[in-house]
Amino acid sequence: MGELRYRVVVGLEIHVQLCTKSKMFCGCALSFGEEANSRVCPVCLGMPGVLPVMNEQALEYAVLVALALDCKIAEFTKWDRKSYYYPDLPKNYQISQYDLPLGSGGFIEIPLEAGRTKRIGIIRAHLEEDAGKNLHTAGNFSQVDLNRAGTPLLEIVTEPDMSSAAEVRTLAVELQRMVRYLGVSEADMQKGHMRFEPNINLIITKDGVEYKTPIVEVKNLNSFRVLERSVDVEEQRQLDEFLETGEVMGMGNKTTRGWDDINQVTVLQREKEEAPDYRYFPDPDLVPVEFKCEWLEDIRSRLCELPIKRQIRFVDEYKLSDYDAGVLTAERSTAEFFERVVAAGGKPKRVCNLLTQVGLKLANEKGCSVAELDITPKDFAQVSNDVDGGILSASGANKAIELKAQDPDKPFSVIYEENNLIQKSDVGELEQIVEQVIVDNPKAVEDVTSGGKKSKKAQSFLLGQVMQKTKGQANPKVVSEILDRKLG
Amino acid sequence: MQSELLNMSCKELRDGIAAGRIKSAAATEAVFGAIEKYEPVIGAYISTFEGRALAKANEVDAKIAAGEPVGELAGVPVAVKDVMCTTFGVTTCASRILENFHSPYNATVVEKLLAADAVIVGKTNMDEFAMGSSTENSGLKETVNPWDTTRVPGGSSGGSAAAVAGRMCFAALGSDTGGSIRQPASFCGVVGLKPTYGRVSRFGLVAYGSSLDQIGPVTRSVADCALMMNVIAGRDPADSTSVDEKNAPVCDYLEKLDEPVDKLKVAIVPQFSAGADEPVQKALTCALDVYKKLGAEIIEVDMPHLDYAIAAYYIVATAEASSNLARYDGVHYGHRTENAGDYVEVYSKSRAEGFGKEVKRRIMLGTYALSSGYYDAYYLKALKVRNLIRGDFAGAFEKCDCVMMPVSPTTAFKIGEKIDDPLTMYLSDIYTISANLAGVPAISIPCGFDDSELPIGLQILAPAFAEDRLLRIARMFESNTDWHRKKPTIVE
Repeated sequence: MGELRYRVVVGLEIHVQLCTKSKMFCGCALSFGEEANSRVCPVCLGMPGVLPVMNEQALEYAVLVALALDCKIAEFTKWDRKSYYYPDLPKNYQISQYDLPLGSGGFIEIPLEAGRTKRIGIIRAHLEEDAGKNLHTAGNFSQVDLNRAGTPLLEIVTEPDMSSAAEVRTLAVELQRMVRYLGVSEADMQKGHMRFEPNINLIITKDGVEYKTPIVEVKNLNSFRVLERSVDVEEQRQLDEFLETGEVMGMGNKTTRGWDDINQVTVLQREKEEAPDYRYFPDPDLVPVEFKCEWLEDIRSRLCELPIKRQIRFVDEYKLSDYDAGVLTAERSTAEFFERVVAAGGKPKRVCNLLTQVGLKLANEKGCSVAELDITPKDFAQVSNDVDGGILSASGANKAIELKAQDPDKPFSVIYEENNLIQKSDVGELEQIVEQVIVDNPKAVEDVTSGGKKSKKAQSFLLGQVMQKTKGQANPKVVSEILDRKLG
Repeated sequence: MQSELLNMSCKELRDGIAAGRIKSAAATEAVFGAIEKYEPVIGAYISTFEGRALAKANEVDAKIAAGEPVGELAGVPVAVKDVMCTTFGVTTCASRILENFHSPYNATVVEKLLAADAVIVGKTNMDEFAMGSSTENSGLKETVNPWDTTRVPGGSSGGSAAAVAGRMCFAALGSDTGGSIRQPASFCGVVGLKPTYGRVSRFGLVAYGSSLDQIGPVTRSVADCALMMNVIAGRDPADSTSVDEKNAPVCDYLEKLDEPVDKLKVAIVPQFSAGADEPVQKALTCALDVYKKLGAEIIEVDMPHLDYAIAAYYIVATAEASSNLARYDGVHYGHRTENAGDYVEVYSKSRAEGFGKEVKRRIMLGTYALSSGYYDAYYLKALKVRNLIRGDFAGAFEKCDCVMMPVSPTTAFKIGEKIDDPLTMYLSDIYTISANLAGVPAISIPCGFDDSELPIGLQILAPAFAEDRLLRIARMFESNTDWHRKKPTIVE
């Protein structure tokens, strides 16, 4: 057997639930977890005689994302009916967009390792309505809950530009960060706000000949973990299948498979021969949408710096690590708060530590954003500068922030005082304590002065002794200097 | 007294009730008296609401007695085609699949009728889902023509036209997708208007061909038609295809109704109209003579694409219908089969049992036309033809105020005569379909009778949103002729 090489090629379809006030074509509120069929009206139930009315907010949100994805916005778009029979689809057609999507031909940058990025093409972005849910909880019948029916979904289709499961996951996470930044979706995976359908195949080179395996679409994945895993699993499965059967991509439609989470395998759902005919045609109940320049400009003005751009800028401008920049830019409010603290005089690296070590932890506990902690950017800047000025230790600073969050009205001077957070940096006072420690620990002193492999450990031990005697209030930097001087 | 009351126009009755001279309760009782007498023969209604109607009539009478303001149709008994949703009674579309369907909401037009203090006496029979030209496709009952009970009343709004002609209400609402108001109005000797597409809200009108459907009045005079339009016309935020009144204002259609249109220019399409039966052509000629005597100029126009209207219509309408009727599947409401093995059978058997033959035929036609590989050849081509027909009208209306032609090539035909020959039945829509494809308003008014004493209608078509002028032109004819005063023998 000759040489065999292969690479995996993945494109992704993503459905993002938009956080509009009401459904796509009626006035019902969006729903999660409410009593079945309690958020419905004649329109989303598809009763005889009802007509859809387009939700303007959904259109705005969708265009905002399309702009963020650098898509070309159609001058003219329309609504189409996609016909198929399923009990969770009350009209037995879904209102969607077929040949004139509102956005097309864009891209998204995704972060790779070491601060590098990759550009993934976006084929199209369009709006549609979600279906309800079939519930198979009872015996020999199923029930239908239509609370979700009519929820606005933005469907985004990428080019097959991803070449690993990790990249697929990265794109999904980046898109989640983006739609949250834009405030158009909660993108809560647990609530099914983002659903993924990767299209996967392999390009195999065997004995100098290139083969493409048939494209497989894995349906309806709703977590990053399962998304990544399914691509890995499918990659191996297609390789095995090719080696066994030699089947290559042919004409016609792709095969669809589902994900079996228990066995961690993909399962055949529909062969390519069974491709459904959706009989798309323009929905005569809705009028076409024309995007006016002024309106588009208004939407464009709502765009903000996108997370990936901001992450790169944070690394460049504030000299943060890629990891730190990633954590700070994960949420738009955190990133913006960070910059406000820096603007208030905090040193970026120190501010970053404070926010990531204590700010985000507190916010998480309270279920709010850092900006909503009742601690001002000025407060954070002060604490940050007090660490840099040697007044506080890093742990003392964290403590100070925690206490401030409990009692926002109390000034830091009082918090520091009451909790003995102020470091002892007085050289004279510390020298006396250091001398006492040297006297009390001749063995460690000997280890330090004799050099060798025990030296470092012994010096740390001596430092620890000083800290203990000062109840942690000594400035370790100053103590180390004194120790160095005395034992050096 | 009873028959005098029943022969009143809506406007006379409304004025009488508003002035306290006539009680709405008396008018309503008279209507139910007529229903008791004629309905067993005519069969115009799928359901009637005697108790509800009388209660409403009494309420209106009490309001008037108390000097409270009342609506524009105060106390007038009217009927609604059973394709419009009402929270009271059933909304069947004359289909077994919706035989027991209770709508949770009222159609916008029904709300408007109620707000105008009309008394809704019942819901009228029709071809199932408004698909047909004779009301013979009703899955629930048979309606006959009040002028000759061996003949059809036309369709699909046959029940509305028969009820109005048979004095079983003072006016009715119908719906018109390819002639379904105008053709039965013509067969039953009454007035029927299909307004401009977008003039009247379709919200709550059970859809057949959404881009063609339009609700309109069936009345015994042009003035009553104008009065009904005053009540039902206007933009509805619940219907995206209803037209913004900034672009096309709704006016008081009664206000200038009696003012003749000055220097009226009427266009005819001679080679197209020549396909009608001889009595129909003769009646059209006589009607044109009336207009000539009134000073109108008659010109001939060429509308070459009207010949393709039927072909285009039966693709567009059936394509939309195949999608609109997909929801009747036995899952959420309506008839559900008792013999389903799995959910696919819930669909196939519920639909097989619930839909009639013609509805199935049109669903099949429309599904085919939209299928992958056929879309361009059928649906897309039909849309192109539709645009050409719109162009024909635009061209014609540059030269004239209105176009006149027959409503139907024949007068009312015998029950059973065409039911087994769908193509012949489809051809009976030849003169009405183009108004739906072009979206323009068109009216049918009585203009004569054939040798069998069957009514003939004159069709007048006007530019979009020119209902005011269209009604004035129709009124010119009506005030100079007596055709609309003739009554079917059954009610004499």
